[in-house]
Amino acid sequence: MTAVTAPLDVDALRADFPILSRTVRDGKRLVYLDSGATSQRPNQVLDAERAFLATHNAAVHRGAHQLAEEATDAYESARARIAAFVGTSADELVFTKNATEGINLVAYAMGNAATAGPEAARFVLGPGDEIVVTEMEHHANLVPWQQVAQRTGATLRWFAVTDEGRLDLSDVDSLVTPRTKVLAFTHQSNVLGTVNPVAALVAKAREVGALTVLDACQSVPHSPVDFAALGVDFAVFSSHKMLGPYGLGVLYGRRELLAALPPFLTGGSMIETVEMARSTFAPPPQRFEAGTPMTSQAVGLGAAVDYLSALGMDRVAAHEHALTVAALDGLAEIPGVRVVGPADGVDRGGAVSFVVDGIHPHDVGQVLDDQGVAVRVGHHCAWPLHRRLGVPASARASFYVYNDLADVEAFLAGVRETKRFFGVA
Amino acid sequence: MQLQQMYQEIILDHYKNPHGRGLRDPFDAESFQVNPTCGDEVTLRVRLDGGTVADVSYEGQGCSISQASTSVLTDLVVGRSLADALAKFDAFQELMHARGAVEPDEDVLEDGIAFAGVAKYPARVKCALLGWMAFKDAAAKAAEETSR
Repeated sequence: MTAVTAPLDVDALRADFPILSRTVRDGKRLVYLDSGATSQRPNQVLDAERAFLATHNAAVHRGAHQLAEEATDAYESARARIAAFVGTSADELVFTKNATEGINLVAYAMGNAATAGPEAARFVLGPGDEIVVTEMEHHANLVPWQQVAQRTGATLRWFAVTDEGRLDLSDVDSLVTPRTKVLAFTHQSNVLGTVNPVAALVAKAREVGALTVLDACQSVPHSPVDFAALGVDFAVFSSHKMLGPYGLGVLYGRRELLAALPPFLTGGSMIETVEMARSTFAPPPQRFEAGTPMTSQAVGLGAAVDYLSALGMDRVAAHEHALTVAALDGLAEIPGVRVVGPADGVDRGGAVSFVVDGIHPHDVGQVLDDQGVAVRVGHHCAWPLHRRLGVPASARASFYVYNDLADVEAFLAGVRETKRFFGVA
Repeated sequence: MQLQQMYQEIILDHYKNPHGRGLRDPFDAESFQVNPTCGDEVTLRVRLDGGTVADVSYEGQGCSISQASTSVLTDLVVGRSLADALAKFDAFQELMHARGAVEPDEDVLEDGIAFAGVAKYPARVKCALLGWMAFKDAAAKAAEETSR
């Protein structure tokens, strides 16, 4: 299918982002290439949060006064729109404090399954069970699995990464077996940009009866994603990486799984009945939303998905693809620069990590910063991946809707300036 | 341009030609320090002879700031009494946490004064202190070891 769509009008939409008009480091134009870490927010999102707090604010799902009704409607309306944005429905969408908590929720709930009722039996982990992850995971989709393996006696295994920055699927049949209870992997690497073959991995997991957990933090903000169509069991993404507020993550879980999954955090709002000695729990998603929820943040994320939907996620993806290819092509022309991850634009998103021979990534980032170009440096919370690729750290440029080719040019000029500054030929 | 304030020639010289680099025997104590935000690391050994810092040797990977500051450290502390060396540690740490508000004493810090510009970049202060933290840790262990 080739959709004929007009490209994004970046000049027009940049006006929606107040921060982009400020300067940095003595008057330099801000070239913000760190959206993989956190995105900037448009006025539409900031205004939605403020409007909610100024006119409808109350605690949701409690109280019968008018404001409580309006606040609950605003919160649940946001949930429904966010759910539709990722191809699912409101009862399959849980709000957490961030995506990391969403993964922890699944891992801890599975850890709690052994002492929950018989309906939770399919989640029980123990010696002989295996959890499979990949070497390219963000720490958020690795450490919680290490921990639950340690607590339950399950074994952690992982897919290796090839030199090109793709998953090595050659041993898929020996890695994903009837012992596998969970297959947790990233949709799109936050370092490499690699887009993983979700359909093939889901098919393999289903074949052996394993649950799939998809880290969609770097895919949902940047391309059309439909969790139902992908067929994953659980998925997480993050509000602040997709023009929304901080303090909010989203967990998707298939309806029948959420219905059987025991709770993680407990307390107010998530109960059905409470007696002094025992309690029963509300149906999902409330079962997983203990305490007063992140209401204005959810309203803000609702505005963010409205904004992205109006742009059109196909157009967003095409726009970022063009910038990514321009950056990859430009870096390829600079001697001594090595891209960490796929060198072409195939099955690849807009995170471009790289190293410069003879210059530490921290120092690369510092010179870029001096030019007004904001990139991420370090291991990007993917330390094992960097170790695998034989680099201590990398610098990463990541693109979003408000970036344009002038930003890519400024970035490439900054990389060349870095080499000049440090006297590296 | 602020960048030149940070990357003083002295720093770049130490980075390109580090002093005292390489792990050596004998040593009394060793410390491994890592900066978890960027993955930079240093392994540093201290040998004491009586109350004197007889040798500091190190191996590590990291940015120009962390490597250069460790190189400067070896110049400053080797051959000094442990008390003098720790006083230099205190002075360097104070300088790095001052965000440019402290005038460094060249008599105490010598080439270390070049890092005053780094102190204006909070994200890089940890880089500059990485090797120094390893020294403080290893020196404390070495003092304990040699007093037994």
